[in-house]
Order: sequence, then structure tokens, then C-alpha cells
Amino acid sequence: MQMHPKKRIEIIVEAPVLHRLTDLLDRLDATGYTVVPVLGGRGRGGSWTREGLATDAGRMVMVVVVTGEERLDAILQPVFSLVTRQIGIVTVSDVMVMRAEHF
Amino acid sequence: MSGAELALQNLTSPMVLFFALGAFAALMRSDLTIPEAVAKTLALYLMLSIGFKGGVEVAKSGIDATMLLTIAASIVLSFAIPVIGYALLRATTRLSAVDAAAVSAHYGSISIVTFVAATEVVRGLGLTFEGYLIAIAAVMETPAIVSALLLARRGSKADGVKAESGESLPALLREVAFNGSVVMLVGSFLIGWISGERGMAMIAPFVIDPFRGILCLFLLDMGLVAGRGLRQSGKVLTPPALAFGIYFPLISASLAALFCLMLDLSVGGAALLITLAASASYIAVPAAMRLALPEANPALYLTLSLGVTFPFNLTLGIPLYVWIAGAVAG
Repeated sequence: MQMHPKKRIEIIVEAPVLHRLTDLLDRLDATGYTVVPVLGGRGRGGSWTREGLATDAGRMVMVVVVTGEERLDAILQPVFSLVTRQIGIVTVSDVMVMRAEHF
Repeated sequence: MSGAELALQNLTSPMVLFFALGAFAALMRSDLTIPEAVAKTLALYLMLSIGFKGGVEVAKSGIDATMLLTIAASIVLSFAIPVIGYALLRATTRLSAVDAAAVSAHYGSISIVTFVAATEVVRGLGLTFEGYLIAIAAVMETPAIVSALLLARRGSKADGVKAESGESLPALLREVAFNGSVVMLVGSFLIGWISGERGMAMIAPFVIDPFRGILCLFLLDMGLVAGRGLRQSGKVLTPPALAFGIYFPLISASLAALFCLMLDLSVGGAALLITLAASASYIAVPAAMRLALPEANPALYLTLSLGVTFPFNLTLGIPLYVWIAGAVAG
């Protein structure tokens, strides 16, 4: 089966920022993204869990964007500007997709 | 009723005891949990019920000058409380300007759940209160955020640190003013106001009869959340910051009591206004602070407002505020 190389941007960020991030991705014409709730984890500030939080302030979400390499910087720069002061992680990795025209 | 009798009556109410059960379970690391969706539904029910009942009360009593004065007083309180809180935090703790401003914003804003619990205490004592205090609760959500952002900007400049908010203030205020709990509360209030006693007769079995039982279940969940916060408190709070979570609500309450001397509120109404001033937000403001002041430590303000001030207000604060209200109003 023929596969096509693409870039996968994974943004783990605080839930209150989510709408701003997805609005930005819409404006940047990212062809698509997926939002995933994050259950818990451990970082520089210690461990945390989604369970039993009374507010969105302590929750994290993950946004996954798959895009072509030629669009990577155009998406990554503004995304980084938006989330750089927030708690979270941004990673970029190489992935293979089956339907290149979707990204 | 003396202050001690009020406190004892409050501490032995099912609402507070269920809260204590939740806190105990969390401290013991029990696996007792209320599913997130259920907790949200319970919160929505409480907002609907309290908002609707308040609206019906206003439909009966109408609007008067005291209402407008109380709204004005509540705005002043919400602006002023963060200024005092910020000054005290900077003087007594080693918190940065941004952290101190973020914490003080929580104390200038309000906790709807503390307010709901206080309405039950007031009703339990056979007191009535002005229905428009529901609207006051909504009004007091946002001014504190403006105060806190100004304080953070000024304090950071003095510290030589950059703390510019990346957020536009109108967008932020709109988000807080239209957060789910405020929309539900104010919307239900307006529906209650429009439909009046006829509306109440139609849905009383839903908004009145199950209220206390559902409040118990909700406070059990809040106990679990607060218990987890208490477990964290030793790790994130220094003794002066921890003390702030106890003494500062008393200062805010005293300030509100001074306003009550000038307003023509009933004892129940004064108790609720004092409770609103003494309560600390843990839903709307933390989310706003993550956007406006992302450098502020969320563990600090969440632990203080939810793990320290909320349990204090629920157990000892509310009866004290009712007692103070008896001295300054009525």
C-alpha cells in the first residue's frame, strides 16, 4: 500500500486555551485537527489528574494536527506564539498517511 | 441564636456533614467519586433552582432603590477586595506580583456554591432574603478580574517583570460574564421573574422539593474536590499564604458588613451579601486567570480558594456571617 509522509503536530495545552487554539487553526486553514481529553500525567510541576477538578483551569487537552511539511512553519509559528506562556507541550513528528489529499 | 449555636447547627446539618464525608474520603484516598457529567448536572440543577426562586421573589417584591444601591455596593466591593488582598499578600507572603494579583482576583469574585449553601442556612433559620441577591452574585463575578489585571500590570512593572496579558480584556470579561454557571443562574432568574408565582406553582416539585438532597450530593462531590486540594495544600502553600485563605474572607466580610450598615437589607439578605464578599471563586476566575495571567501558579490559587477558603466558609464562615448580619441589618 502506498503511504505518504506528513508532519504530525501534537499540542497538549490547558483546557481554557482550547477554543482560542482551534479558532487559530481554523484561521490558518489547517485541513483538520482532532481534540482529545487528557486524563492525567506528570510534569515539572508534579503529577496531576483530570479526576475531581471543579474547573477547566486544571484540565489539559491534546490537539493533533496532521499537515504537509510545506505548511508546517505557517501553522507552528502562530500556534507556538499562542501557547508559549501556557502550561503544555508541543511536539512535531514524522508520520505516514494513506490519503495524502486529506492533509 | 448565639454565634456558637449557629455554628453548631450548621456543622451538624446534612449538607455540611456530606461535605465532610467527601473531604474525609479524599483525605483517606478512597475511590469514592461522582462522575464528572453527574457533578455538572447537579451544579446546573442548583443554578436553575436558586436562580428561578430568586426571580420569583423579585416578581413578588418588585424593584426598589435598595436593589440598585446593593448592586452598586457589590460592584465597589468586587473592585476593592482584590486591592486589599493584593496589598496583604505582597506584605505577608513572598508571592510575586502576578501570583498575588491572581489570588486576589479569586477573592474579589464569588463562589456560587458557597452562596447556595448560605441560602440554605438562611432559610433554615426561618429568615427571608431579597431575591435580587441572585443577580448580585452574577454582577460580582467580573469586576475583580479587572482589578487584578491592573494590579498585576502595576506590580510587575515595579518588580521589573513583564506581565502583559496576551488577552483582550473585553473578550476575557465576556467569557467570564457568559460562563455556563452565570448564564444558567441569570437565565433562570429572569425566567422566574417573568413567570412569577404561576411559574413556581408549575415546577415547584422540581425546583424546591429535591433541592436539599441534591445539594447534599453536590457538596459530597465538593468535599472530595476540597479534600484533594487540602492534600495539596502543604506542598504548595506557605503558612502565611495558608493563613490568608482563612483571615482574608473575614476582612472581606467586615467590609461587606460596613456596606450593609448603609443598605436597607434584611438580615438574610445582608448575610448573603457578606457571604458573597467573603467567598472565593474557583470556577470562572481560575479559567480566566489561565488566559490572562498564565505565569501565575494555578496550584496556588486553586488550592487556596477550594482547599482552604471554601471549607472554612462552609463550616464556620457562613454561621459567622449570619451572626454578623444580625448585628448590622434588619
